[in-house]
Amino acid sequence: MHSFIDWIRQPWPWYVAGPLIGLTVPALLLLGNKNFGISANLRHICAICLPAKIPFFQYNWRKEVWNLVFVAGILLGGVIAAGLLSNPQPVQVNPLLANDLAGYGITNYSQLVPADLFSWGQLLTVRGLLMMIGGGFLVGFGTRYAGGCTSGHAITGLSMLQWPSLVATICFMVGGLVMANFILPFLLSL
Amino acid sequence: MIDTDFEIRTQDTGCVNESQLTHKWYHNIKYLIVGILFGIVFVKAEIISWFRIQEMFRFQSFHMYGVIGSAVVVGMISVLLIKRFNIKTIYGEPVVFLPKKFNKGQVYGGLLFGLGWAITGACPGPLFAQIGTGATVIVVVLLSAVVGTWVYGRFRERLPH
Repeated sequence: MHSFIDWIRQPWPWYVAGPLIGLTVPALLLLGNKNFGISANLRHICAICLPAKIPFFQYNWRKEVWNLVFVAGILLGGVIAAGLLSNPQPVQVNPLLANDLAGYGITNYSQLVPADLFSWGQLLTVRGLLMMIGGGFLVGFGTRYAGGCTSGHAITGLSMLQWPSLVATICFMVGGLVMANFILPFLLSL
Repeated sequence: MIDTDFEIRTQDTGCVNESQLTHKWYHNIKYLIVGILFGIVFVKAEIISWFRIQEMFRFQSFHMYGVIGSAVVVGMISVLLIKRFNIKTIYGEPVVFLPKKFNKGQVYGGLLFGLGWAITGACPGPLFAQIGTGATVIVVVLLSAVVGTWVYGRFRERLPH
């Protein structure tokens, strides 16, 4: 039993995680005709909290409560994984990346969310503000403009052979490549 | 309240709820359980890791490509099987697949989301799991994403689609 716990605490390989995530698509379809898509919850939150007579937020969000329950589960899953199954070792990353990040003062590998960038203290810095507020805004605005995120387009859409989702997925990747390689180095240097 | 927004929703969200059934609240517990399992996978496979997302966009690791690629393959096979054998939901409803319509938002919005994804190292799902792991400041990122969604909704008619 002890060795099983040690084993499960290690980071899981892609060939275990990927298929489990893929199974979410049929699981939600068969449990109640639900389409796997997480960014829609941001819209539901707007519709619940501040619809402000905007047509885009006028719909029966009560029918979508299942999805909010689903993301509450994701949050709880995070609590369980961090509390009971956490990996005591520092996060392993490609040495090329670690070397590059060290140049920006990012050296803390104790958490998957780097504390050198994302912490309450960092929120008061220009870099932290741009990355947390600016980055979050782009995620919310962009996913809704695109009509879905990685789960709705890249996984569900591609699973259902929807070509508009392939276009969206390619655009996600292009945007990410441009940011990570050409713009983020500037943001990190602030 | 009548759902008057069906056309718009089929156009721009991959998240249309097709079930015509109404259930008591506790029927949602099954989605909570799927969510919990999913959240654990997110954390344990380091999908919520900012470092993993940087490695992906710098082509320094195969990990995320393996995760997304194998998820799509398993999802695709599952959808094929559901269609081929006409598998019903646990309530006996036929599974409904709606085609997505192309609009330019998938390009513009997709690029904008990609920029944000590389900054925050998280798409919307991982944001929730990150908060769960104790990175409480990510609540701010999530609220900013909600604001971004609201601003999109507010100016939707003036944006090219």
